[in-house]
Amino acid sequence: MFEYAPAPESTRPDIKEHYGLFIDGKFVEAEDGASFTSVNPADGRALFTVAEAGRADVEAAVDAARRAFETVWGPMSGAERGKYLFRIARLLQERAREFAVAESIDNGKPIKETRDFDVPTAAQHFFYHAGWADKLDYAGLGADPRPLGVVGQVIPWNFPLLMLAWKIGPALACGNTVVLKPAETTPLTAVMFAELCAEAELPPGVVNILPGAGATGAALVHSPVDKVAFTGSTAVGREIAKAVAGTKKRLTLELGGKAANIVYDDAALDQAVEGVVNGIFFNQGHVCCAGSRLLVQESIAAEVLDRLKDRVSTLRIGDPLDKNTDVGAINSAEQLTRIQELTAAGTAEGAEPWQPECELPEQGFWFRPTVFTEVQQSMRIAREEIFGPVLSVLTFRTPDEAVKKANNTPYGLSAGVWTEKGSKILWTAERLRAGVVWANTFNQFDAASPFGGVKESGYGREGGRQGLEAYLDV
Amino acid sequence: MSDRLRVKKTYKLYVGGKFPRSESGRSYPVTTPDGTELANAALASRKDVRDAVAAARKAHRPWAAATAYLRGQILYRAAEMLEGRSGQFAAELASSTGADPGEALGTVEAAIDRLVHYAGWTDKFASVAGGANPVAGPYFNHTKPEPLGVVGLLAPQDDPLLGLVETIAPAVAAGNAVVVVASESRPLPAIGFAEVLATSDLPGGVVNLLSGRVAELAPWLASHADVNGLDLTGVDDPELAAGLEREAAENLKVVRRPGSGTDSLASLRRWTEYKTVWHPAGMAAAAGGGY
Repeated sequence: MFEYAPAPESTRPDIKEHYGLFIDGKFVEAEDGASFTSVNPADGRALFTVAEAGRADVEAAVDAARRAFETVWGPMSGAERGKYLFRIARLLQERAREFAVAESIDNGKPIKETRDFDVPTAAQHFFYHAGWADKLDYAGLGADPRPLGVVGQVIPWNFPLLMLAWKIGPALACGNTVVLKPAETTPLTAVMFAELCAEAELPPGVVNILPGAGATGAALVHSPVDKVAFTGSTAVGREIAKAVAGTKKRLTLELGGKAANIVYDDAALDQAVEGVVNGIFFNQGHVCCAGSRLLVQESIAAEVLDRLKDRVSTLRIGDPLDKNTDVGAINSAEQLTRIQELTAAGTAEGAEPWQPECELPEQGFWFRPTVFTEVQQSMRIAREEIFGPVLSVLTFRTPDEAVKKANNTPYGLSAGVWTEKGSKILWTAERLRAGVVWANTFNQFDAASPFGGVKESGYGREGGRQGLEAYLDV
Repeated sequence: MSDRLRVKKTYKLYVGGKFPRSESGRSYPVTTPDGTELANAALASRKDVRDAVAAARKAHRPWAAATAYLRGQILYRAAEMLEGRSGQFAAELASSTGADPGEALGTVEAAIDRLVHYAGWTDKFASVAGGANPVAGPYFNHTKPEPLGVVGLLAPQDDPLLGLVETIAPAVAAGNAVVVVASESRPLPAIGFAEVLATSDLPGGVVNLLSGRVAELAPWLASHADVNGLDLTGVDDPELAAGLEREAAENLKVVRRPGSGTDSLASLRRWTEYKTVWHPAGMAAAAGGGY
């Protein structure tokens, strides 16, 4: 393996010491004066403080969004709405490097990923949905699709800007106004996006951004919004579903996963191994659709494991701002504790852990890529979402057994299948209970392609023509 | 008048393609709106709900895997069977609801036409709702709707035949297997409809029909971990409906709240979810992942 000299990103965004809430087009402090600190996960140090929205702030933001919906955004023609969204997409592209570096610093993910994936895909989502704004009648969803009104949105910390784009893009294109709460560990690109909305001269109240933690999210869910859209854990999704029961609020949920990545004995092994690595180590495994269960056909298991360990040994773990880095920091101390607890449970239950020999930075939150063999389906590491760089390897003998094991989970977000036989791909994809199936690839996302789960991975889609349904009364 | 003794019908449940009594051995009297006794209906229990869900789960996979053309022909066959018995259904409906015979016949005919409508949807729905997605990369990307699996349906209370058909047809046309709780006070047309389904080549277990108390049966359907969707149309008590929706949240069932619309495309969509499949198209993309 070649040694690489460090190649740190030189652009540094101008991160302020403090950010406010974004309500009705203005940055304001929380009514009760509360704020919290966002930490750089790569060194554990404080980055900036940000106001923490309470119940009164949620009320003010929902009121502002309601006014904007009734007086400006609702009456506006689709074509004009679209032009605002095109403008936002262009501004994001112009400021892409700044957003990419900020995201990397606040989240801990490698600059390579924020630069090549998170930010460009976020811009694509705005550009894509901009084009829908004046074509909703042609979406084939109903004769007279109408916006729902005010939408409350709560997003996770794993793809902060991208999840914001997935939520805000379609909501605005369909004529709704939004109140969005970013995750408490990653508010930076959301408040920067608020600045960008002002720069785009988006009418006040159309987008409101409320940093905060669980209590802020709960206040938003209970506020008089017309729809709630949530991406996050199944446990919280379940609570939200209970909270809106008996109301008229619409709900879409994009929740956890425990995806199987099935490798048949007739797969192209180099590509499959690359896809398995991408499937679980992309974004430190902080991916709801991560391929966290490798199901490999017994006859090739030993060879696949050898190649997998060789490949994982070449992954570069470290400084998220180094352009060579493959695996960055774990997003928070809390998440690191959860990963440590679950991997310890894996070892205690008899699975065999393997990690590459690599140095980890001394400061911050880090976890080595981990591969567990000797995994039984009953073990926690085979059942529970770890949301970290931890792969559980199981084997199978027949396609039927592969499908049965893949579907043996309450989740149903994504799945992978690797074989060179086209008919086998279609046979397998047909039987997998998952919202997204990647065949001979993994972790591909696109604004034009609907994403979302089945069973306890939630309901509703984001992206594509089908994703518009979540924000329209049809 | 003939002195022949009339052979009266025993109204039973419809589970797994068979017509059992309630395992509880219970029944309850069904009357006309003015209180004249019509018959006894089986009073289904928690165990009957569980048996019905098990039968639906077993039937779901082969039903979803059947060709859309075949599913359409079977639904059309159900319409044919109903047409052939429209006089009988009109009489049953008239005595159940107190409607005049002409109005009752019109309702039966509307139910038949609704079945025909959904029979024609089965092999169009996926192409209307799904499609190819123009992603920004060398990938074949395709989305199609798939049935949720097992859906629990609480049929409308005041519209025991047409409302029942409107509830069952989209779920079944889309490839789900269902457990239906018939109108509590007017279950007889539903049980007659089960006989229509049983003679329409519909595989046993795709539609399971229970008669009984909504307040007793619905909580077991709402909390059942192997049920994927729940239609609350027939729950008239808002408190009960909200409680059932909370129960349904436990395993994140898709819920249809009372008073939802009956647009046929939206109804088909409700009991399906989209599956999107990606595949590289071109040598450049054959290298695996996004790294």
